[in-house]
Amino acid sequence: MKAQSYSVQDLFKFYGNMLLIRRFEEKCAQLYRKGVIGGFCHLYIGQEAVAAGMREVTSPDNDSIITTYRDHAHMLMCGIDPKVIMAELAGKITGCSKGKGGSMHMFSRQRRFYGGHGIVGASSSIGTGVAFSHQYKKDDGVCFCYFGDGATNQGQVYESFNMASMWKLPIVYIIENNFYAMGTSVNRSHANIDLYRRGEPFNVPGKAVDGMKIQEVIAAGCEAASHARSGKGPVILEMRTYRYLGHSMSDPATYRTKEEVEQVKSTRDPIEHVKNTIAKKQGLKESEIKDIESKVSNIVEGAADFALNSPTPQEKVLYEDVLI
Amino acid sequence: MTGITVREVLRDAMREEMARDERVFLIGEEVAEYQGAYKVSQGLLQEFGPKRVIDAPITEMGFTGFGFGAAISGLKPIVEFMTFNFAMQAIDHIVNSAAKTLYMSGGQISCPIVFRGVNGIAARVAAQHSQCFASWYAHCPGLKVVAPYFAADAKGLLKSAIRDPNPVIFLENELWYRQRFDGVSQDPEHTVSIGKANVVKEGNDVTIVGFSMSMGKVLEASEKLKSDGISVEIIDLRTLRPLDTDTIIRSVKKTNRLLCVEEGWPYAGICSEITSQVMEYAFDYLDAPILRVTGADVPMPYAANLEKLALPQLDDIISKVRSYFK
Repeated sequence: MKAQSYSVQDLFKFYGNMLLIRRFEEKCAQLYRKGVIGGFCHLYIGQEAVAAGMREVTSPDNDSIITTYRDHAHMLMCGIDPKVIMAELAGKITGCSKGKGGSMHMFSRQRRFYGGHGIVGASSSIGTGVAFSHQYKKDDGVCFCYFGDGATNQGQVYESFNMASMWKLPIVYIIENNFYAMGTSVNRSHANIDLYRRGEPFNVPGKAVDGMKIQEVIAAGCEAASHARSGKGPVILEMRTYRYLGHSMSDPATYRTKEEVEQVKSTRDPIEHVKNTIAKKQGLKESEIKDIESKVSNIVEGAADFALNSPTPQEKVLYEDVLI
Repeated sequence: MTGITVREVLRDAMREEMARDERVFLIGEEVAEYQGAYKVSQGLLQEFGPKRVIDAPITEMGFTGFGFGAAISGLKPIVEFMTFNFAMQAIDHIVNSAAKTLYMSGGQISCPIVFRGVNGIAARVAAQHSQCFASWYAHCPGLKVVAPYFAADAKGLLKSAIRDPNPVIFLENELWYRQRFDGVSQDPEHTVSIGKANVVKEGNDVTIVGFSMSMGKVLEASEKLKSDGISVEIIDLRTLRPLDTDTIIRSVKKTNRLLCVEEGWPYAGICSEITSQVMEYAFDYLDAPILRVTGADVPMPYAANLEKLALPQLDDIISKVRSYFK
């Protein structure tokens, strides 16, 4: 999709996609509290415009995606069946990893979605290798490589920038800056908080983007993708976004004030932003919004039912997939 | 001098596999223009060009994650570590990424990659450059670990490792590269299967199990022990994971005595694992306790006399075997 002023139809699509992420994640939180989902579970609520926007930029035919443990939304936006994602979260055999990966380790070979990585910073160098594959095979693909603000203090991120720039690899590094690396704010952990500039020593161009506005995400994403695809090498996009919930389900987020969170929710919410854009453009029919909401709700409830009703992995699965 | 050096054999294995499969490429420090820090990749840049023989910056974690990323997206990288000491900087991607992704993805994402380079004990380079990582990697499900001694095995196993759809750790040794061996196959389709130990010499009185550079001393010891009238059966493990327990058990059932040799540390080492397996599966066949000859449980010292003390010596092997027959 080209950067442009979007039709109402487009805006409704964005609205639906972001709403799907939000409702899906809310359902995850609910199922987590019921004990259906266990372990670490990192939700994407507040950050929806990034995954939903970049979905418009990513070619399903030849591009690839890699991200961190906050991966449900990116799987959804890759077009993976929400049922399969929810089943994985519930540890069921019908999940995308047969219940052996869980929340943090989701993959889809078919959609070239390469995880789902639980080690902070790991996606940067792995994604750089995936981009090398695109270049080696000359398949015109670009790797969209996500990591958070916390990861930008890991050494391998810079090892990756260096290699990608030297070898002109087709990769877009997307820093999802939600301003808190677990409980440590960007201000307390980064000597320079302009994270988009972190590629400068390696001649990697970067741009700060309002990651709460899907139109801006798409515009910046298009520009970056076409730069990387044309053989000019890597680009960094710092998506300035915000997560409404704690780092994971076990984090009460006491390191920031309620007022700060409420302020973002009431003034910068990515879903409300699209809704308002539609309203300004043509006036908003409640029925249209309701239709989308009920469609999304059906999908999410269907996914939850599927997960709850799926069988757990048989015991023999324990020893499968260690080696080929 | 007859035979061919291990250095050349390893290069030939890579060259044949690169010619056979366009997806295979080599990346590592100094592998291209410098022709390999130990000259193992001599000539490969000239033959295959810079697209497939890639000089990496000194950036172990970066190029290991990079190699893993290339492997899961359709290529077959050979990642050379100048030495496995430096792979410590990258071990997260070997253990957390390469070894686990097939499992974590429910079998979707395979990782055909070879991590190879210098392992083990070198000469006078002290603690940080002289240590054996065999048991570190052999500990991890999801990896295969290969550590040959004979050149014919080195070639056949490296070719198998490159063809394998799983991550394979291929352990070499600096002092090994210049050794010459006969009997290396020139047939580009000849391979040696991963997971099979080799009974190098048959015997009746005691089994000695070793791998990698320790095999040299084991072979020498068995010759000396012949004059004592002791018939030694020698097993070269060749692969450390999966371990060929069957071959070891079969031998122990015949000789009833087992000595294990490794240059690495004794604590939770390869010999410890073998001891445990034999206790479980052949306890009733043992006529004497299993004995070990290993590196000393200390960081490697620099001083020549101390270094010698820290390493398994020929006499250690001989005297342990003799102790069985006193």
